[in-house]
Amino acid sequence: MTYLAKPKFHHPALPKNALGFTHRDYEGSVSTLCAGCGHDSITAAVIEACYELSLPPHRIAKLSGIGCSSKTPTYFLGNSHGFNTVHGRMPSVLTGANLANRDLIYLGVSGDGDSASIGFGQFAHAIRRGVNMVYIVENNGVYGLTKGQFSATADRGSKSKRGLTNNDSSIDLVAVAMQLGATFVARSFSGDKGQLVPLIKAAIEHEGAAFLDVLSPCVAFNNHAGSTKSFDYVREHNDAVNRLDFISPRDAIKVDYEPGTTQIVEQHDGSRLALHKLAPDYDVHSRIAAMNYLMERQAAGEVVTGLLYVEPDPEDLHKHLNTVKAPLNTLEAKELSPGSAALEKINASLR
Amino acid sequence: MPLESVNDFVVRFANVNGSGSASANELFARSVLRMGVPVSPRNIFPSNIQGLPTWYEVRITEDGHLGARGGIDMMVAMNPQTWDKDVASIEPGGYLFYDSTKPMPASKFRDDITVIGVPLTAIANREYTDPRQRQLFKNIIYLGALSALLDMDVKAIEQLITEQFKSKEKLIQSNFHALHLGRDYVTLNLEHPIGLRVRKSDKVGDRIFVEGNSAAALGAVYGGASVCAWYPITPSSSLADAFTSHCRRLRVDPETKQNKFAIVQAEDELASIGMVIGAAWNGARAFTATSGPGISLMTEFLGLAYFAEIPAVVFNVQRAGPSTGMPTRTQQCDLISCAYASHGDTKHPMLFPEDPTEAFEFGAQSFDLADRLQTPVFVMLDLDIGMNHRLCKPFKWDDSKQYDRGKVMTAADLDAGKDFGRYLDVDGDGIPFRTYPGTHPTKGSFFTRGTSRDRYARYTEEGPPYVDNMQRLLRKFETAKDLVPKPLRANSDKATRFGVIYFGSTAPAMDEAAGLLKAQGHHLDMLRVRAFPFHHSVDDFISDHDFVFVVEQNRDAQLRSLIVNECAIDPARLVPVLHFDGTPITARFIASAVSNRLDALKVTPLRKERA
Repeated sequence: MTYLAKPKFHHPALPKNALGFTHRDYEGSVSTLCAGCGHDSITAAVIEACYELSLPPHRIAKLSGIGCSSKTPTYFLGNSHGFNTVHGRMPSVLTGANLANRDLIYLGVSGDGDSASIGFGQFAHAIRRGVNMVYIVENNGVYGLTKGQFSATADRGSKSKRGLTNNDSSIDLVAVAMQLGATFVARSFSGDKGQLVPLIKAAIEHEGAAFLDVLSPCVAFNNHAGSTKSFDYVREHNDAVNRLDFISPRDAIKVDYEPGTTQIVEQHDGSRLALHKLAPDYDVHSRIAAMNYLMERQAAGEVVTGLLYVEPDPEDLHKHLNTVKAPLNTLEAKELSPGSAALEKINASLR
Repeated sequence: MPLESVNDFVVRFANVNGSGSASANELFARSVLRMGVPVSPRNIFPSNIQGLPTWYEVRITEDGHLGARGGIDMMVAMNPQTWDKDVASIEPGGYLFYDSTKPMPASKFRDDITVIGVPLTAIANREYTDPRQRQLFKNIIYLGALSALLDMDVKAIEQLITEQFKSKEKLIQSNFHALHLGRDYVTLNLEHPIGLRVRKSDKVGDRIFVEGNSAAALGAVYGGASVCAWYPITPSSSLADAFTSHCRRLRVDPETKQNKFAIVQAEDELASIGMVIGAAWNGARAFTATSGPGISLMTEFLGLAYFAEIPAVVFNVQRAGPSTGMPTRTQQCDLISCAYASHGDTKHPMLFPEDPTEAFEFGAQSFDLADRLQTPVFVMLDLDIGMNHRLCKPFKWDDSKQYDRGKVMTAADLDAGKDFGRYLDVDGDGIPFRTYPGTHPTKGSFFTRGTSRDRYARYTEEGPPYVDNMQRLLRKFETAKDLVPKPLRANSDKATRFGVIYFGSTAPAMDEAAGLLKAQGHHLDMLRVRAFPFHHSVDDFISDHDFVFVVEQNRDAQLRSLIVNECAIDPARLVPVLHFDGTPITARFIASAVSNRLDALKVTPLRKERA
């Protein structure tokens, strides 16, 4: 069991987006995760973001690794192709898929075990190659499917449900992504949909490696006192640097923002990000400043969230490889085979 | 007695790695070819970059025996580090060519060989002042000396130099000059030609001279590969390098200057195969090139591709294992690790090219097979084919050929109401239809996973759908038997109870061994297996004979194990002939192993007691 299709019928007055799709058209099958799981909120945010952006669902490919988080692509975008790959290896499969067809949107979904432990290398290399993707880590600091072991993002000194203390340093995926050259880096919290949905929308529209670390408490194994990934802990220590409004290319800016408090970031595709500053001196275009700020606040025990870094004019792997505009998977023999005359020349050069 | 032979001898060059000898040695081999005499050269090199020993062996063979022969008739001893072993390895009556600039004690020579000293260093030092020039031209000087000693056509060498340097007249002239320095020294000072000679012939024909890795990479270009992800590993790196240079020449859009290919050097072999699987899942033709240790790392992903049914092409240029083994030595030792790669019940097709021509053909064909069968396909080269120049039939391509993309359902098919079940066997051949991501707004999407699912790709852990799926995969493997390259059978002209099965790089040595055995009165029917799973003609061949030798280059008789496993054959009828010291198998080895066995069988049987 575990496959349950959602019934398709819905209220006739359900609002439709520019493509005529309702919210329901972006849903998947019924979640099999624990009731109250943070991941289900992220699923809802992905659905919301894709609906609001009016994306044709079949033009999105969703890929994941193995783990609770990697199960979630089954629960959203039922009309998209999905690929549940092997543990920790989603980034390479996504990279290959992206090489084959540059025209789709690639949504990589992973967890902290999948990306910070077994797949740390693949996470790092996909980021440093600048693959055009949205890479979401649903970060709960714990292995859920195997019942509560620490993952590599668990903070040193945090306690497991069984009372063990984690002695290892934690890996901060946001800091690593920043250092490795991700051109869009954000952190959010599954409990803050208002913050998360615009970040996902902005990441999708970003034409480069976009990384989103979403703290997503595990209600079964990591939501107790002593955990630094619990709902209560994250709420108490959430230090948001900004609030984001995503403005798609079609929309006019409706509101006049008060000068000095809002920064408009133009993205390559024409979309605009309206950033309402919460930390007055935070510069979203300075990788170095962002990394300093992160380190400082982290030392103070705070969890920095928001859009942390964005490169307005990013480059991606296809640009580096100088590939043709047409997706490689559409090329046929006449474009790919150099033909018999060229082969005769090659033969002649080998005599 | 000094050896006497025309167009049938072996010269080995003993050099220091990084001394620039490789191009001079290759020039020697090509010059013989230009004289119409087939050659078969081999690099023998340890796993180092600079300063350590390396050898280049050229078998000159008018009869066209392209396998390694064994034994050295002439040693060009340019490396003091390996002198003693090199001198000891010369056949009695053979020749030693050396740099006589520094006098050597008599104890360093043998009296059953002919010693030829040319003061190469002295000549080079007299002629050149730049140390690099001294080193590089010394190689050309010995080539000139050899040309006189072996009675070679100097015009052939000059022609090749001219072609190599194209319009760089200065380089051409300086190389000519060095060549003649060596040639003139021999003409003026030494008895020449010696007993080993090259005489013009016409046995090369239209054949080409190319490395298997380069040929396989060209096959990938013609076969439509547009994504290559790889990780450097000897002896396969030159395959990915060759793909890169072929693509730069042949696959750049002339108008936009943009690439109709994407090549990524991955962080490891896991990522390489992951990218290949991702690209192929998304409808591009993709491959990786690796060797045994890379296969070991890829196995989890290979199981995913088998079970989720995603095409992938893996070129495995085999080297001696296990573990790091002997990275620069050849073997055919990954048959079992590839055939059954990954945990659980898995089976994968493999192709066994015998030479660069087949490496090209199978290299291209593997992409059709992977798409048709929706499964990983291995092209099993080895270091002997991959990293050595081999004389072989020219490449051929039919311009009317379309790629076989296999069973792919399109948006039009879906709109026409075709029933799409990703794992539904609609044709009875075990092969289901797939859709590429992005095909249709509301139809044909599915979730690809390594977990069990039903015919419509819905997750399930129920027993019956799991068994149904696993049995369909077996039907698909049956289908593969008629799609992969068929075995080639060559019967002896005399009826015989004995057969031999062989594959891949063993082919030229086996062909030659058959001739040697025939001369001894041993007749063998031959079957060259070209792919796994085995075509039914492999079963037929074995049942046609009392005993069948299985000749291969590994310790554990891996092909024989596969035959026993897959064909339900009594193992007693399959006699292993195994060569696995890391050097290429030779005709002498095969002939001796087979004839010993056959002679033993010929022992008059004990007279049966009367009942």
